[in-house]
Amino acid sequence: MPTVSMKVNGQSVSHDVADNTLLVTFLRETLGLTGTHIGCDTSQCGACVIHVNGASVKSCTMLAAQANGADVTTIEGIANGDELHPMQQAFHENHGLQCGFCTPGMIMSAIELVETNKNLSEQDIREGLEGNICRCTGYHNIVKSVQDAAQKMGG
Amino acid sequence: MYATDYVKAADVADAAAKLAAADDGKLLAGGQTLLPTLKQRLASPDKLIDLAGCGLSSISKSGDAIKIGAMTCHADVANHKDVAAANPGLASLAGGIGDRQVRNCGTIGGSVANNDPAACYPAAVLALGGTIHTSKRDIAAEDFFVGMFETALDEDEIITAVTLPTPQKSAYIKFPNPASRYAMVGVFVAQFADGVRVAVTGAGEDGVFRASDIEAALTAKFDAASLDGMTMSEDGLMGDIHASPAYRAHLIVEMARRAVAAC
Ligand SMILES: Cc1cc2nc3c(=O)[nH]c(=O)nc-3n(C[C@H](O)[C@H](O)[C@H](O)COP(=O)(O)OP(=O)(O)OC[C@H]3O[C@@H](n4cnc5c(N)ncnc54)[C@H](O)[C@@H]3O)c2cc1C
Ligand code: FES
Ligand code: FES
Repeated sequence: MPTVSMKVNGQSVSHDVADNTLLVTFLRETLGLTGTHIGCDTSQCGACVIHVNGASVKSCTMLAAQANGADVTTIEGIANGDELHPMQQAFHENHGLQCGFCTPGMIMSAIELVETNKNLSEQDIREGLEGNICRCTGYHNIVKSVQDAAQKMGG
Repeated sequence: MYATDYVKAADVADAAAKLAAADDGKLLAGGQTLLPTLKQRLASPDKLIDLAGCGLSSISKSGDAIKIGAMTCHADVANHKDVAAANPGLASLAGGIGDRQVRNCGTIGGSVANNDPAACYPAAVLALGGTIHTSKRDIAAEDFFVGMFETALDEDEIITAVTLPTPQKSAYIKFPNPASRYAMVGVFVAQFADGVRVAVTGAGEDGVFRASDIEAALTAKFDAASLDGMTMSEDGLMGDIHASPAYRAHLIVEMARRAVAAC
């Protein structure tokens, strides 16, 4: 079993895992970071979205070994102590979640979206979140949350 | 996923050697097709050879063409200034593949090598008359796409880059499958000094193909109205739960019309 090392939420981790271990499995089962969810088998739902070297990716569609040496951020790594990330706060205030299953992936995708484009139109947000499926909200309040967060994040 | 060995190749020669040495080795690029396939246990390669460290991610513009390294991800093509300026159809095609997360990982080499009959890139490569550079040779687009999920690549051959000639005008319009975002029908229109080339993906039973009637009509006059009243034969078109051959035939002309209007 090879050793996989990476930085996760600022902390260096190193573990021996089987070569066919998905990154999401490494996060959830090896590291116990269960905030990243698994919602499908087909790489389509986005519940597993995290950041690898700053880019949003589906952690169910990447091997842990591919992230060897990378800088990884998960939903557990974005708050500042007890202070929620502006995107988390905005989802909370705008009722951007119901059951919450899609929310970690939705938030990680939305943060990357806002960080790469400060002037997002509603259409940009809807298209930018194409890879994240929500069964509950109808997306309306998710879009409102992202618009609100974009302003607070300096948009 | 079945057990497998993961190795990272140092360069193309190393990847080729590792591929040749494996019983049933598979190259791993962005993983956006291969990993879902492995998760569903539809393949069981004994070795996965990762191309990520081979220095194949690059975009360079020469006078009349753009060369894209095989490991360049869709997002990089979509967001590259030179691509947007020289070949807007190509930029919008790359920017419309799947979703942001797929575009951050998936690569042009993987897309072209896979030759999914509903994939977007094959339409651009064929319409632009591109060249596929490999570890062994250069292959013209016309000779590369052989059939559904089939290419001219040898078992141990690696795509290193794709060169795409710069057209005067280009556009790609797809009718996306609402669930997967793959093309139910996608049409790439490219106008060159010596004529118009049109390639269709998502529709053909043998994968991507050129639409010669549409090309002739648009070469005569590059105007969406040139396609008024045109019908496509259903012969050789796919029919599935998403669309019948007749519906796809209709969509081809309609997507071509929209592509010309977008040029
Ligand atoms: C949710 C979702 C939506 C998608 N939507 C679209 C869409 O709308 N349009 C579209 O076109 N595609 C779509 N795709 C597919 C996506 O574009 C893939 O990225 C692409 O088809 C494969 O590229 P990859 O780099 O991920 O290759 P991989 O999955 O790593 O590899 C695919 C195949 O190509 C081989 N290969 C890879 N690189 C090379 C190389 N350099 N030389 C030789 N062989 C190689 C591999 O061995 C493997 O057999 C979607 C995928 C997902 C998961
Ligand atoms: S779990 Fe559904 S996309 Fe990753
Ligand atoms: S809040 Fe339930 S899936 Fe989105």
